[in-house]
Amino acid sequence: MLLNQFLLLSAVLFSIGVYGVVVRKNGVLVLMSIELILNAVNINLIAFSTFWGLGGQVFALFVIAVAAAEVGVGLAIVLLIYRNRRSVDIDTLDELKG
Amino acid sequence: MWFFTHVWIIPALMVLSFLLILLFGKKMPKKGSEIGIFFIGIALVMSIATAVNWWSWSSGGPEVTSKAAEAAALSEVQPKCSKVATEERLEAAEQGEKGKAQGKSVAAAAASSAEKGGEPEIATRPVVRCLSWFETGNDRMTIGTLVDGQSVLMLVVVTIISLLVHVFSTDYVGGDRRYTHYFAFLSLFTASMLFFVLGQSTLQLIIGWELVGVCSFALIGHWWEEKPNTDAALKAFLTNRVGDVGLLVGMTVLYFAADRSFSVLDINILANEGEIRHVVLLVAACCLITAVMSKSGQFILHTWLPDAMAGPTPVSALIHAATMVVAGIYLVARLYPVFFEGLSIAGSSVNLLAVVGAVTALFGALLAFVQKDIKKVLAYSTVSQLGFMVTSLGVGAWTAAMFHLFTHAFFKACLFLGAGSLSHACHHSFNMVDDMGGLRKVMPKTFWTYLIATGALAGVFPLSGFWSKDEILSGTGSFPGTEGANGTYHLMLVMLLLAAFCTAAYMTRTIWYAFYGEFRGHGHPHESGPRITVPLIILATLGAVAGVANLPKSLQVVDVPGAWATRFEKFVEPVGLYFPAISHAGFNLTLAVVSVVVGLAGIGTSYLYFWKGSFRWAQGLSSRNKLAAAGKRVLENKYYFDWLYTDVITGFVKGPLANATNWFNQHVVDGIVNGVGRGAVGTGQWVYKNVDQKVVDGTVNGIGAGAGATGGVLRHLQSGRVQQYAALFFVAAAVLTGVFVVAIG
Amino acid sequence: MTGVLAASTSFAVPANVAFAVMAVFMVAAAVRVVTTKNVVHAALWLVVVLGGVGLNYLLLQAEFVAMTQFLVYLGAVVVLFLFGIMLTRAPLGVSDDLDNSQRRLGVVIGVLLLAVLSFALVRSFGADKLTFEAYDQGAEVARAVGENGRTQAISDSIFGEYLIPFEVTSVLLLAALIGAIVLARKD
Repeated sequence: MLLNQFLLLSAVLFSIGVYGVVVRKNGVLVLMSIELILNAVNINLIAFSTFWGLGGQVFALFVIAVAAAEVGVGLAIVLLIYRNRRSVDIDTLDELKG
Repeated sequence: MWFFTHVWIIPALMVLSFLLILLFGKKMPKKGSEIGIFFIGIALVMSIATAVNWWSWSSGGPEVTSKAAEAAALSEVQPKCSKVATEERLEAAEQGEKGKAQGKSVAAAAASSAEKGGEPEIATRPVVRCLSWFETGNDRMTIGTLVDGQSVLMLVVVTIISLLVHVFSTDYVGGDRRYTHYFAFLSLFTASMLFFVLGQSTLQLIIGWELVGVCSFALIGHWWEEKPNTDAALKAFLTNRVGDVGLLVGMTVLYFAADRSFSVLDINILANEGEIRHVVLLVAACCLITAVMSKSGQFILHTWLPDAMAGPTPVSALIHAATMVVAGIYLVARLYPVFFEGLSIAGSSVNLLAVVGAVTALFGALLAFVQKDIKKVLAYSTVSQLGFMVTSLGVGAWTAAMFHLFTHAFFKACLFLGAGSLSHACHHSFNMVDDMGGLRKVMPKTFWTYLIATGALAGVFPLSGFWSKDEILSGTGSFPGTEGANGTYHLMLVMLLLAAFCTAAYMTRTIWYAFYGEFRGHGHPHESGPRITVPLIILATLGAVAGVANLPKSLQVVDVPGAWATRFEKFVEPVGLYFPAISHAGFNLTLAVVSVVVGLAGIGTSYLYFWKGSFRWAQGLSSRNKLAAAGKRVLENKYYFDWLYTDVITGFVKGPLANATNWFNQHVVDGIVNGVGRGAVGTGQWVYKNVDQKVVDGTVNGIGAGAGATGGVLRHLQSGRVQQYAALFFVAAAVLTGVFVVAIG
Repeated sequence: MTGVLAASTSFAVPANVAFAVMAVFMVAAAVRVVTTKNVVHAALWLVVVLGGVGLNYLLLQAEFVAMTQFLVYLGAVVVLFLFGIMLTRAPLGVSDDLDNSQRRLGVVIGVLLLAVLSFALVRSFGADKLTFEAYDQGAEVARAVGENGRTQAISDSIFGEYLIPFEVTSVLLLAALIGAIVLARKD
């Protein structure tokens, strides 16, 4: 097996995840796309750990833990947005406008 | 010596008390206060037992008596608690210490050998016990207890004041809606303070430091329904954050300087032996001074302390007078070699620590003159007295600083509780100018205790404050004829004497307003109940007699045994490897007379002004004389520090700076963005007009659409839509990555 | 044992085949996650991707991480997403209104990123082969593999070398726990 086949797969998943983050309107779907990105990163970490030791696997575990926390808080925020606006469409949130 | 190795039980008890009050407090018949009093009572008994043990331990000279084996076992420092405190090293240092002490001051050495009758001088070692909290690689973080004279002293002070404040509070905040919550936080505060005091590693000191800060925040804002109280709590918290930056940086510097060790012993030993470079110690000391400035209310970061009086009065007595605010003093005293070597205290005549302290002592005392609120007067008085302690540490008079900390805790707590008793009688007003007066007759117990404590604070002869203040003054080494001081700090002596004069004068002023003249409030004031007056009487007694703890040698009439002669030096001051070889200024009769005269002059001036109506020319001076009016205005505005912080600095950031940024954003950035956008659209249109008409349609459509899309995106850059920002972010990331890959990789 | 398998050529071919099949499924599923018009379907397609990632970990001989992936992602995170969909009353059927107006921009960004990344990867790593040498380096790890497999080696390094990151992660989880409760509770 080549190292690159995993890395390229991860690059593809990452790009698809970025597409999802940019394009999806529904907050929950955006969070799913972020999960795609994080998993792509994890594949990278594991693939490289075959070269440089178990540190990569340890950090993949940390990423999984942090991702779980992120989903929890992210969904809580989405829920709060839904409660306040009766909609989870992210593109209606334009209060950042200068 | 069971108490030395199990001293951790004392803070643990208070944590238990906190949890029990939190869980069961509301269901108890006295709403949880009995739990707190019960546990703090046990803690006090244990602290006193520890102190008595320590005292008999140090006075017996355990290393040479029959207890030698036990002493060796007890004072053995496990390698995990300290990397460098090995047995040989400690012994070698103690030999050297003896030599140094004898060489340094002939008089002192002669005195000590005379008293001890040729008995070898014994250094009682600290008892260190610790647990490994966790280890990674070479770094080990430990948590444990360090028992020596200094921590034992603070244990006793904290538990005594805390017990009395608990008792006082049962009456003072009785019926409050968050009564249980209040006692829970008192317990938590006591636990944190004891944890801090017993700290064996700097990490533990930081944790304790922050915990007491949190408790202070919660208790200042106890009545958070009123806006000023929450503001005061926030101000205290945020001002302390400024100092915490210094604390963290300083501790980190020390951690690396001491070869990656958090142990207090390691840091002190290495600093003391000159194995840490001077400049590193200087940087660490300056950072830690910032922390002291915020926590101990030293000048320019003192502004939170007077505002913190918004909390309940017993809290002010416990936290903002007797214990928490001296955490800074304790920190300096604990890591004293860092300051002693870093600031080159010995043989010098000025340094940062001493200047900060002296300025605070004088300017804080001046501010107390214009306050109408009796608690504010006491708050500025605390600021000023903390300045005395910091100066004392700054001039090398370590023992004097701890002695003043000890006496100040009693009489200042008494004054605060007295103020609480007054306001209890006067419909919870602290305004002594408008709502008090003539209370001497109706509240005799409060009056007498307040009077005694005032005398102690002003430095009236036999009371405790006189002894400790005098020791600080002679510690400056500036007064002619003083022997054995570490340096000659002339400026400090002058400023401290002025501050002592002001202290006596403003305290007399509070007595005039509160206890003499006509009653200016409404209703019928009455003496408070026994739960308020008994703590007052105890504290006043302690404040009056605490001075015997460290009477100067030359004044002792009866010939006492060697160990008794200089109690603080003997029992409180650490000896040996982890403490610098400081010398002790001798008692100077002339200076003592001068300081008493200065104190009496302050009292006399106020007396003549208020009681006898002398200095007619001075009354109403500020309404006639422009200069005096300006001076008064400066004082009333607290040297404009609050104005500087809120209006100038915050205002600048919020106002002009924010506006400027906004303008820049609106005009320059938007201009560029819009310009680029228009340019792109223009290009698109130009492309459409010129190329589309002439070149092949398919290619052109692509380019035109691309340019149009680009233009559209750029034009709407500031749409406020998050996902557009995300898109731009990823484009930028991709482009930058590309640049890196092509150019560098 | 797995080390021997990977080194022998007889395992390389089935492993490559398995990878190819998984990769195709994963990419297809990932595309469906970001394009489907049904929110619930997106969550289900996400299951396929996450499961595929877990199988990839197995191919890379990271059994412990693979198990964690299955438990945490397939078990917990996907259920969380389904709850999120339910609680926000997302349209359960097909909905045309799930994408915003920058779909074209998204494609451009995705392709651009993919191009840059692939270029960098191919240029840097070319045809490097996976060796798995690092897994068994050092006497300690070898001993651990002999006794309790690689999992012990991982736990050793989590609680030794990476203890502080681990503690920080635990604090982060606590903060996230409190944050999620504070945000989501009705008051």
